[in-house]
Amino acid sequence: MSDQTQNLKLKTQNSILIEHKDSGSILSPLKALQFFARKPVTVPLEPRPAAANYRGFHLNEHEKCIGCSSCQKVCDNAAITMVKVPHLPEDPVKGIRNLRPAIDYGRCCWCALCVDICPTGSISLSREYVHTCTQEEIDSYFILPKEIGIHGVDFGPGWTKTDDSDLLDLERQPMAETAPEDRIDNFNEIVAGYTDQQAVFEASRCVQCGMCNDACPTHMDAPEYIRAIWQGDLEEAVRQIYQTNPFSHVCGRVCTHRCEDACSIGRRGEPVSIRWLKRYAMDSVDHERIKAIAAEGKVDYLSGHRIAIIGAGPAGLTAAYDLVRKGHEVTVFEARAHAGGMPRYGIPEYRLPYDMMDRDIDVITSLGVKIQTNTQVGVDISMEQLHAEFDAVVLAIGLHLGRSTRIPGADHKQVRKAVDLLRMITDGEKFTPPKQAVVIGGGNVAMDIARSLARLQMQKFGKVKVTVTALEDKAHFLADPVEVKECGEEGIKIFDARGPQACVVEKGKLKGLRTWKVRAIFDDQGRFSPSYDESDEQMHEGDMVIEAIGQMSDISLLGEDLTEALEWNRGRIQVDENGHSSVEWFWSAGDCVNGPDVVHAVADGHRVAASIEHWLSMKTGVTV
Amino acid sequence: MRPENYEAQRHPPSNEFELNFGPNHPGIEGNYALKVKLHGDVVVEAKADGGYLHRGFEKLMEQRLWIQNIALVPRICVPDPSPMEVCYAMAVEELCGLEVPQRAQWLRVMQLELSRIAAHLFTFGGHAATTGMYSTMYWGVADRDLILDLFEEFTGGRVYSIYNIPGGVRRELPDGFLQRISETLDYIESRLPDYDNLFFKNQVFVKRAKGTGVMSQEQALAWGVTGPNLRATGLAFDVRRDDPYLVYDQLDFEIPTEAHGDAWSRTLVRRLELVESIRILRQVVAALPDIAGPIRAPIPNPLAWNVPAGEVYTRVESSKGELCYFVVSDGGPKPYRVHVRGPSSMHAVQVLEKMSVGSRIEDIAQTMFSLDACPPEVDR
Repeated sequence: MSDQTQNLKLKTQNSILIEHKDSGSILSPLKALQFFARKPVTVPLEPRPAAANYRGFHLNEHEKCIGCSSCQKVCDNAAITMVKVPHLPEDPVKGIRNLRPAIDYGRCCWCALCVDICPTGSISLSREYVHTCTQEEIDSYFILPKEIGIHGVDFGPGWTKTDDSDLLDLERQPMAETAPEDRIDNFNEIVAGYTDQQAVFEASRCVQCGMCNDACPTHMDAPEYIRAIWQGDLEEAVRQIYQTNPFSHVCGRVCTHRCEDACSIGRRGEPVSIRWLKRYAMDSVDHERIKAIAAEGKVDYLSGHRIAIIGAGPAGLTAAYDLVRKGHEVTVFEARAHAGGMPRYGIPEYRLPYDMMDRDIDVITSLGVKIQTNTQVGVDISMEQLHAEFDAVVLAIGLHLGRSTRIPGADHKQVRKAVDLLRMITDGEKFTPPKQAVVIGGGNVAMDIARSLARLQMQKFGKVKVTVTALEDKAHFLADPVEVKECGEEGIKIFDARGPQACVVEKGKLKGLRTWKVRAIFDDQGRFSPSYDESDEQMHEGDMVIEAIGQMSDISLLGEDLTEALEWNRGRIQVDENGHSSVEWFWSAGDCVNGPDVVHAVADGHRVAASIEHWLSMKTGVTV
Repeated sequence: MRPENYEAQRHPPSNEFELNFGPNHPGIEGNYALKVKLHGDVVVEAKADGGYLHRGFEKLMEQRLWIQNIALVPRICVPDPSPMEVCYAMAVEELCGLEVPQRAQWLRVMQLELSRIAAHLFTFGGHAATTGMYSTMYWGVADRDLILDLFEEFTGGRVYSIYNIPGGVRRELPDGFLQRISETLDYIESRLPDYDNLFFKNQVFVKRAKGTGVMSQEQALAWGVTGPNLRATGLAFDVRRDDPYLVYDQLDFEIPTEAHGDAWSRTLVRRLELVESIRILRQVVAALPDIAGPIRAPIPNPLAWNVPAGEVYTRVESSKGELCYFVVSDGGPKPYRVHVRGPSSMHAVQVLEKMSVGSRIEDIAQTMFSLDACPPEVDR
């Protein structure tokens, strides 16, 4: 026991002030008379600055705030109303709304939970604590806080968010992946998927702001299915998923996840793994149950309308799914041996196993969609026939033709297109991988082919020799950063800011690719016009050069009459916002309209289906 | 309002009359009421009535997320809100199996003991005022304000600290705070002799309080009396020592008692407890610099927080007595049921009703203040 506490103990013992038998003193209170001469202890009535931590009126940095409404959700007195501030920017893709919290100080209890939960850190409490008004100004207690205090005077920040008080979990659950050395010689799926516990933890990070919903091209209600996962109701999660996306096994693996880019948790931390959560829900529910859930709400009669869809990819099959649920008879014509479109033939199996894709397709066909594979429109069946037999035709043929760089030597037979090689790998066609490959391109397709070739090389030669040359520098890479990282792990060399100049051919044999350093990709007007530093030349040796610089559609199937009748815009069919072309019975959707992206294709499928549905009802006067 | 209090049940004999004591009466704490039946100046019957300030705390808590209740619970006892926060947080922590970091536990003790001093200073003021001595009340309120200044500085709020969160506390101490708390403690300690002279040794107080509102230890135990009111009957029972929570088992302090169970003893026990609280706080101030580490255990996103199903009963020693929370979770995002066992729910109902009988009407107020009853605890 320290001296100090010992002294105190003595003091306590001595503090028996008065015995019960004592009757007190009439004089002792008079000792207080000494206080007459002292300064009063009461604080004079003048403004006193509040403490540095004080919880006074709110401040909100309008530039930083994104209008996610987490403050409103956590407010225990319902004191916060999100109000529209029209002059502020609104961008669903970036996850910004022009809503800002307004506080009703008749309700607020200054607990500062709003500050502690704010995903951006824009909201804080100030050291200002006095507000009064006349009877007529009673509305002045309802305030839209801004950067400066409610009376335009800066009292300084009071309670602001600290690491101690932050209520959000900014780190996502780690995803188990196969190690590079274990995955490099096979096409097994790399990502393991969440365990039950991980999924619940990850789902519980969501603040239900719905930014993801706004940003998603098909407006998947991610907050709802995340909530269902958190509540352990996985069938409900699948039900929510099927409201907007029948390609969720696919999107749960390879979606470009715009949702996560917009996620408000991502403002300061790692966004919620929305894509992996979708995958978890889809993988966890029995396939037969998924089929039953997908069939919920399907009409039990036939409308009598027939619709033809060309191309069994995400856009075409989503449209088919929507239309068949409305009672229309839908036939999908697919030129290839299997349905699946660009995701099947363009994305390697280590990212998207084919059996997962087959599950999505099986759900769609289980509703009554007929898919005729190995049926090429223009060869096996003509466009005229389709027009004659069906009420409407949807073109959703994807982008199966690779573009060429057209540099010298690009016509050599060992200069290949990435999409062609990826298709061959999917189809299991035998081909000898190059000993040393050079890939031109910096997008996801370039990464896909580079990594696929690396696996084939490993299987055949036991070592990886793949080089990727991209026009963009590392900071502006088009490919997903995860892809770039995993490329590096798998021993693929990436050269950024290299412009292809020639495929070097000696004595008829391809020797490799010559590149120059890129100075700028775009000119002053922002047009694509790369300029190079010719002094910085590099030779990338290889016995095969693969071009992965973009794709286009093969529109020869349209036939002369239809090509003539359609309106065109820079080589693409001119369609309205719903995919409806200038020809009454003809729609176009998916990658061939919007460029490559699975989830955009799904969104397109929904729009086209709704447009056809509307058109049919206008035509027949019947709304189903 | 108790239904039987709406109107007189029967006509009293001509020498008795009924008096509504409260809910707006300077001699009553909060919006509380007693319906007393008087024979002359002597109370022959009293019925307590707490229904005037019902805000439905317990029901409200079922409608709010686990985290949101931290801002609600302090309101159940305005003069001493901190034990409410700590007790609720402890209940949620027990349900979740959350381990509160050491430093947070020490900070909680600091908050609780500061709150106890503030509450006791307030109570002396009340007791003194009901016996006509307003100077003590002014002094008590002014000195309590110094504690509120400390609260403002380290919790952000003067009265409702809302400093606790399940898992720990929300803020680290500001720089130099331990120095300022020491200064305030020294000052309050130096004031104690002044209080003694003005109030505790004052013959007016001694004569009025002695023998007023007497209960025996047996009665106290039978009526569920706890805290300083129980200790004033000679039983040294204190949750801090007898069922230690936080780090009270590492602290050195006495449990002051008095033997006579009257208003005088009860208020005197509180006066002695001030010294003990100052003593505890000095130990906390000395220990805190050496206790490093986090002040909060991580909790899930409070908007999506399912607390595991179960029921817990937690208790702390508030300035009024034993404060307990019985919390039931059905595994959902909100409590299934919260029951608050505020010590005043015993002191202000059965004890006050029984003690008032036989006393003179002018002593009802000082009986209530000597019990340190906090009416919102009665009517949750």
